[in-house]
Amino acid sequence: MYQTSMYEGMLAETIAIPGFQGDLINAYFARPLGPGPFPGIVVVHHMPGWDEWYREATRKFAHHGYAALSPNLYFRAGHGSPEDVAAKVRAAGGVSDEQVLGDLAGAQHYLRALSFSNGKVGVFGSCSGGRHAFLAACRVPGFDAAVDCWGGRVVMAPDEVTPKQPVAPIDYTEDLSCPLLGLFGEEDQNPAPAQVARLEQELKAHGKTYAFHMYPKAGHGFFYYDRRNYRQEQAVDGWKKLFVFLETYLGASTPLSPAAE
Amino acid sequence: MCTMIVTQVNIDGSGKGANGWFKLREANVSYDHPFDAPMEHALNIDFVNEALGPGARVAVELSVEAARTLVAAIGAVLERAEAGGYLEQSPPAAADTGGL
Repeated sequence: MYQTSMYEGMLAETIAIPGFQGDLINAYFARPLGPGPFPGIVVVHHMPGWDEWYREATRKFAHHGYAALSPNLYFRAGHGSPEDVAAKVRAAGGVSDEQVLGDLAGAQHYLRALSFSNGKVGVFGSCSGGRHAFLAACRVPGFDAAVDCWGGRVVMAPDEVTPKQPVAPIDYTEDLSCPLLGLFGEEDQNPAPAQVARLEQELKAHGKTYAFHMYPKAGHGFFYYDRRNYRQEQAVDGWKKLFVFLETYLGASTPLSPAAE
Repeated sequence: MCTMIVTQVNIDGSGKGANGWFKLREANVSYDHPFDAPMEHALNIDFVNEALGPGARVAVELSVEAARTLVAAIGAVLERAEAGGYLEQSPPAAADTGGL
């Protein structure tokens, strides 16, 4: 547990990493100062883009003792404000699952290769990033824990399948290779509680290790303090559950811990 | 997320963005998460010129009711203009894609 007498420091900066097909993409990297060893976490931004909230979230993970890396999944769309770039990607029907998985694999490899890594790397995402986190945990070998926050379109109707998203992630559940934490709101329409229940059923059928929490009086994106859907009580509890989960499967990184806040 | 419900149409016209007026070439119409409007999903229209980069964009985010009202209003205004004999032919597409 953090004590006020402890030294605390963090380095946060934009770096370049190899992503899908070896493309260099930029990424936001935040890590605690000190020798480590630190667990790693890949932070997968949401559909509204590689925005300020995701920078803050990346630093939050570093504050809690993780080497956190958030790749810019929209790098290839060009540069501008996060909103303008995200709008361009939205107009193009999103980014392809294959490309995203390549970028997330690159981020994982980067974290694992760090001299101060403890050898464990997780993946976190919300909204489309939650979907991507689940998909990565199924399709990219090597993740040790995954957190899916209200990822929609994990369960997809046949008419929702596109060339960029050719397979519903739920169909890969059998391949899930690490423990999964899911945080959802019962007022969310996408994923609706029935879709979450369907995914849970599939996880059970395949004997996977998972923990789902369905929050009452919460909808989509209840962590986002800058959005109308923010729910303070549920968000605080969700973050606590998230850090307990990560500490369990990625290892605690002293001196910081979730109990510090 | 994220409905991924989107369509793009080619358009002619001008839009005023953060850096002034620019030629519009495309309109991207989606029903998905807005960036600013206080709703989970909105009818979003991005008037853009892709050749000029992501920043060449004029954005609106509308409620469903507002979007339907706007569609009706556009149709009604065009009908009145047509009835009055005011409708102009669209100018031929310009070769350049730069600002005005």
